[in-house]
Amino acid sequence: MKSAVIVFPGSNCDRDLAVAFEKAGGRAPEMIWHRETELPDDIDLIGVPGGFSYGDYLRSGAMAARSPVMQAVARAAERGVFVLGICNGFQVLTETGLLPGALLRNAGGKFVCRDVALTVENAQSAFTARYDHGESISFPVAHHDGNYFADAETLDRLEGDGRVALRYAEAVNGSARNIAGVLNAAGNVLGMMPHPERVIESAHGNTDGRRLFDGIIEGLLARA
Amino acid sequence: MKARIFVTLKSGVLDPQGKAIHHALEGLGFSGVNDARAGKLIELDLADGTSDDDLDAMCRKLLANTVIENYRIEKVA
Repeated sequence: MKSAVIVFPGSNCDRDLAVAFEKAGGRAPEMIWHRETELPDDIDLIGVPGGFSYGDYLRSGAMAARSPVMQAVARAAERGVFVLGICNGFQVLTETGLLPGALLRNAGGKFVCRDVALTVENAQSAFTARYDHGESISFPVAHHDGNYFADAETLDRLEGDGRVALRYAEAVNGSARNIAGVLNAAGNVLGMMPHPERVIESAHGNTDGRRLFDGIIEGLLARA
Repeated sequence: MKARIFVTLKSGVLDPQGKAIHHALEGLGFSGVNDARAGKLIELDLADGTSDDDLDAMCRKLLANTVIENYRIEKVA
């Protein structure tokens, strides 16, 4: 299993995500600087990490989404490569159009930095296969612009097609329908605001995130 | 040539920054403010003859996120 983590100027959760990929998959990912125009052909999983790419200038994730490397990521996603965007990574994925909607300033105006309760809404995707449908889990969030927005028609379609992967079980940031994570139509791209990579070992005080990465690895093994 | 691009949130999109500004104005004693919404001004210094199509594309492709924002282009002589 070969994985990659994209690094933009201002990304700061790339190393934590690399640790999670290595722990689950047994091999350190390739760290790919945003200026690369191609990705290795045999990559199975791409991580778009959290942080403040380009200082959140213009809009969070806006500039990063236009980096040449993201076109390579989009082509890989087309081929069915798994893509996981966390926090700023989710913002980048919506800005590229790989996922619908947009992330707005949190409804309360404040940066939210705490553990939040979530419900696993879709336990069929590779990312969530190791959770039970309806399972309650806890992930930390740390964001100022995590308020998920899409028009009513898009939201209904996402719900109807089972593409809401994770939902906040409490008020967090004003996200429409309390949506915390969204899948693309093919189910190989997941964007989420919470940070699963921060809760993967007992020293983190919580291991709820570990199964997300284990699920991806299992999904890849099943394909092989 | 210069262009000024005004980027604003679509109506119906929550603007917490606008609300914060509204509250702050009220806190300063200005009672007649009904609402406030904050947008962005991007000033571009462009080569003469830059086409309207190109300007429009700049807005659609980067300067505004058309899922949530509108844009208005003002060309300055």
